[in-house]
Amino acid sequence: MTDSPAPRHIPDRLDKPLSSAIFSWEALLVVIAVAIFAVNSFASPYFLDPWSLSDLTFNFTEKGLIALAMALLIISGEIDLSVAAIVALASTMMGMAVQAGASTPMLVAIGIAVGLACGAFNGLLVTRLGLPSIVVTIGTMSLFRGIAFIILGDQAYKGYPESFAFFGQGYVWWVFSFELALFLFAAMVYWFVLHRTSFGRRVFATGNNPVACQFSGVRVDRIKFILFCLTGLMSGIASVLITSRLGSTRPSIAQGYELEAITMVVLGGVSILGGAGSILGVVLAAFIMGLVTFGLGLLNVPGIVMSIFIGLLLIIVIALPIIWRRLREGRFA
Amino acid sequence: MKNFLKYREIWLLAGIVVLIGLISTRFPGFADPANLRQVFNDTSILMILALGQMVVILTRSIDLSMASNLCFTGMVVAMLNAAHPAIPIPALIVIALLVGLVLGAINGFLVWRLNIPSIVVTLGTLTIYRGATFVVSGGAWVNADQMSPDFINFQRAALLGLPVLSWIAIIVIALFFLVMTRTQIGRSIYAIGVNPTASVYAGIDVGRTKFIVFCISGMIGGLAGYLWISRYVIASVEVANGYELNIIAACVIGGISIAGGIGSVGGAVLGALFLGIISNALPVINISPFWQMAISGSAIILAVVLNARGERRQGRIILRKAEAA
Repeated sequence: MTDSPAPRHIPDRLDKPLSSAIFSWEALLVVIAVAIFAVNSFASPYFLDPWSLSDLTFNFTEKGLIALAMALLIISGEIDLSVAAIVALASTMMGMAVQAGASTPMLVAIGIAVGLACGAFNGLLVTRLGLPSIVVTIGTMSLFRGIAFIILGDQAYKGYPESFAFFGQGYVWWVFSFELALFLFAAMVYWFVLHRTSFGRRVFATGNNPVACQFSGVRVDRIKFILFCLTGLMSGIASVLITSRLGSTRPSIAQGYELEAITMVVLGGVSILGGAGSILGVVLAAFIMGLVTFGLGLLNVPGIVMSIFIGLLLIIVIALPIIWRRLREGRFA
Repeated sequence: MKNFLKYREIWLLAGIVVLIGLISTRFPGFADPANLRQVFNDTSILMILALGQMVVILTRSIDLSMASNLCFTGMVVAMLNAAHPAIPIPALIVIALLVGLVLGAINGFLVWRLNIPSIVVTLGTLTIYRGATFVVSGGAWVNADQMSPDFINFQRAALLGLPVLSWIAIIVIALFFLVMTRTQIGRSIYAIGVNPTASVYAGIDVGRTKFIVFCISGMIGGLAGYLWISRYVIASVEVANGYELNIIAACVIGGISIAGGIGSVGGAVLGALFLGIISNALPVINISPFWQMAISGSAIILAVVLNARGERRQGRIILRKAEAA
């Protein structure tokens, strides 16, 4: 706090020495995505079918929607581990509403509202009481999913209306699903907000140096609160999509999504320490994870083995630029 | 007396006593020494794991891969036992410790040498280790009838009125207490958590110490792997799925600050006991086990809110103690 030099500008990306166009994080991700795409096309004759590729997108759209908001939250220096639990609670509430005879627009509204409320609860605990977000959201993760378990037990809600199925199963045009369209639209909105507005600038600044931000007149707590609400909101939207796609609700729905969403964010080049990252990177990372899981699925690789690839990908992609930089500086002997 | 009340472990212990009292009003047999011994035994594995996680959290890191490590090591040990029942149990425990050590060392190496944040490293190895379990087992289970009687009964044998499992937990607690309060490495671990920069100037190798704590948490994960498998007598890919968060929850309830540098062996043990008592009590007082998750979630939030008060002051006290010594 005494003699740390003030940053002259706020970097958008990790690893400045690599940020020439060729060696940017996004370029690395594009190369990886193309490589996986090529390998998949050779490995399985079924891969290059438009409908196969369309099915592929369902692997990442729901988690990707959460990852977009999570990226902003992580850039601001916080984290939310409760997103999957929010999905479960929102889905359970929608299930209860169906039993009470709610219409499709009502269901969507309930799902999104529950998500928003959960996000606001996290945000209040973190910003009003000044608690560390990683612990708070481990707590609310158990709390939210715990409430879903109390309501549902070992039961399941079914009987969602016919029109509700559109969100998770419908297609906008030809092979382009509603989920994919929504994901791409949300990605554009988040890209604009993060990279083209003063709010996005403040998010970066908050992650880089919250104290300096506070003194510069940025309302750090309010920004963090808004980001928690956004993450909750996106989890609510994801909950609507998943519930609609599965057509049923169990309390164990979306188990483990939080770690996959965070993996997407980190793979996308967002610094887990906050202050750096881009939406393009997160979108590319979402596509890569979808490609890997779907491609390996076509080759009959079990899901659990795929997770090895995702884990390795995460560590290798993070480690590569570090090893590369050290090699160039000649101090990796 | 005022000094005495400053320790949050005292408050946590009081909370546990009140909790046991409340449960006893609904189910009088709960406070029975025999039952409490049973609760302690049931919580032994969680206590051991919480201690391993504690040393990592104290250095401002986190180990999300502990439950996957437990699953992998447990599977390796169970398969070894099924294939070669002649291997004595102490040898299997040593193997479990070594396998866990290797997995922990991988985490530690990546954190130490490549400077990757521990949450990223262990998020990756969380999925890798569990996936590796599937690869070594081919997705098959190891059932009770494939395990040797020694393998299953070792931890159940009674020794001076307590099962061996409880004694293992007591030995691990004692070891951690000695290391954390009486050795240089224990002091270094606290110092790194309180102020990494000052630690460097004090001559502590921060990276190497972090490597060591990951080795410790890895060994603990390995030991817990054998204990878990021989306790629940089934080894599968699903073993302890999601349990890493229970371990962290025990630490948080025990007053270990996620920001590093604050926490004690007693806190971690009591935090684990708190969760163990709740999970043991719910069935006997006729509350649906489905309530457990929400209750422990609320307990975590409550614990963080309470611990957040005066956390900074507590940190200074640790420094002052070190200065006085």
